Amino acid sequence: MTPLTREQMAWRAAQDLPEGAFVNLGIGIPTLAASYVPPGREVIFHSENGILGMGPKPEPGKEDPYMVDAGKNKTTLVAGGCFVHHADAFLMIRGGHLDVSLLGAFEVSEKGDLANWTTEDPAFPPGVGGAMDLAVGAKEIRVLMDHTSKKGAPRILKHCTLPLTAAGCVKRIYTNLAVIDVTPQGLFVLEMVPGMTLTSLQAVTEPKLQLADSWQALAPPAAKAA
Amino acid sequence: MIDKQVKTTADAVAGVRDGSTVLVAGFGAVGVADHLLDALHDQGARELTIVANNSGNGDYGLARLINSGRVRKVICSYPRSGDYSAFLNAYRARSLELELVPQGTISERMRCAAAGLGGFFSPVSAGTRLAEGKETREIDGRLHVFERPLKGDVALIKANKADRWGNLTYLKSARNFNPVMAMAAELTVVEVDTMVELGEMDPEAVVTPSIFVDRVVVVGANA
Repeated sequence: MTPLTREQMAWRAAQDLPEGAFVNLGIGIPTLAASYVPPGREVIFHSENGILGMGPKPEPGKEDPYMVDAGKNKTTLVAGGCFVHHADAFLMIRGGHLDVSLLGAFEVSEKGDLANWTTEDPAFPPGVGGAMDLAVGAKEIRVLMDHTSKKGAPRILKHCTLPLTAAGCVKRIYTNLAVIDVTPQGLFVLEMVPGMTLTSLQAVTEPKLQLADSWQALAPPAAKAA
Repeated sequence: MIDKQVKTTADAVAGVRDGSTVLVAGFGAVGVADHLLDALHDQGARELTIVANNSGNGDYGLARLINSGRVRKVICSYPRSGDYSAFLNAYRARSLELELVPQGTISERMRCAAAGLGGFFSPVSAGTRLAEGKETREIDGRLHVFERPLKGDVALIKANKADRWGNLTYLKSARNFNPVMAMAAELTVVEVDTMVELGEMDPEAVVTPSIFVDRVVVVGANA
């Protein structure tokens, strides 16, 4: 059983982005998804700092100091892209104009509660950025995160232990082990990495998991050479 | 003849009083009026409340104001960005206050002030720690939080081009908070790369109209 890499998680989430969708990518693993949209499919990426039609990372030597993404990394604009100011960028987020928001998370509950803005470490100030706006505003929230903490503790929980970003907003979770849908009937496993069983996945997940009838192997392309 | 251009950054920030609320535009290091921030440092105003997305980097601009003890409070969404050691040291020493506000709520509170509105109800942060103590109302079955307008005494704006009336254009994602902050302050001060002749800007492409701008100063290679 081999967990997915960050790139493979991003690849998996990108496969589900529909043609014509307006999509916001959160900082961290979600940002990587921009590179894995299937060829021929047109998806328009929104960046909270006022870019509609964000492109991939620039080629080395072609970085533009005036072009950064939400994580302040250098980015590009695609043909058809445009710039808006912050109030309009968040109008798009809050007003339900985005089809999908891919976000990172610390914890997700079985009800779809999301905790991704503070670990309550007293040594550092908290930072919320656009997380609460996205969690409340986008039509569909999908989370990308490692299935467990570095110490192996579950991060999909009955109830979040950290302060919430928003309640009941997460619809799908992509982890390095599985793809899981959050439904009113509970958590359904759509895909698991080869060699994983429902029992072994349940052992690292706090709430009860159910196997979807149509479940299949989570099989991304081979990991890219680093 | 209207001419909002001033000669120096010192002229641009003249008269900023102690205790002012200063809107500092920019996202990370992009679109920040660092020359005006340095001039404000030299001008000497104290007890400032800073409204920004982040909290400054290194020891220049906003970080330098913090290191010099000029900042009483920071209202921002994400202080943890880049080398934010100036803010972190002050935060740990409890020598400044942090008001953490969701990013879209900050920009909409300023837009509200600019628009002459008394606030708005937003679903963002409802039911979370950041909404504690705030008035709430259920609207169409969804919990909303009342947010007050946020007005600046001064806005420090970074634009690419200006004309003598103060019409502004920006460069790419350096636009960010600049247009909304330019609208939301009593005194709006702008540093630009270039002045252009009145009428030279495409009127269809003016981003910040002159009515919001008070002073313009050229910085950098063309200064």
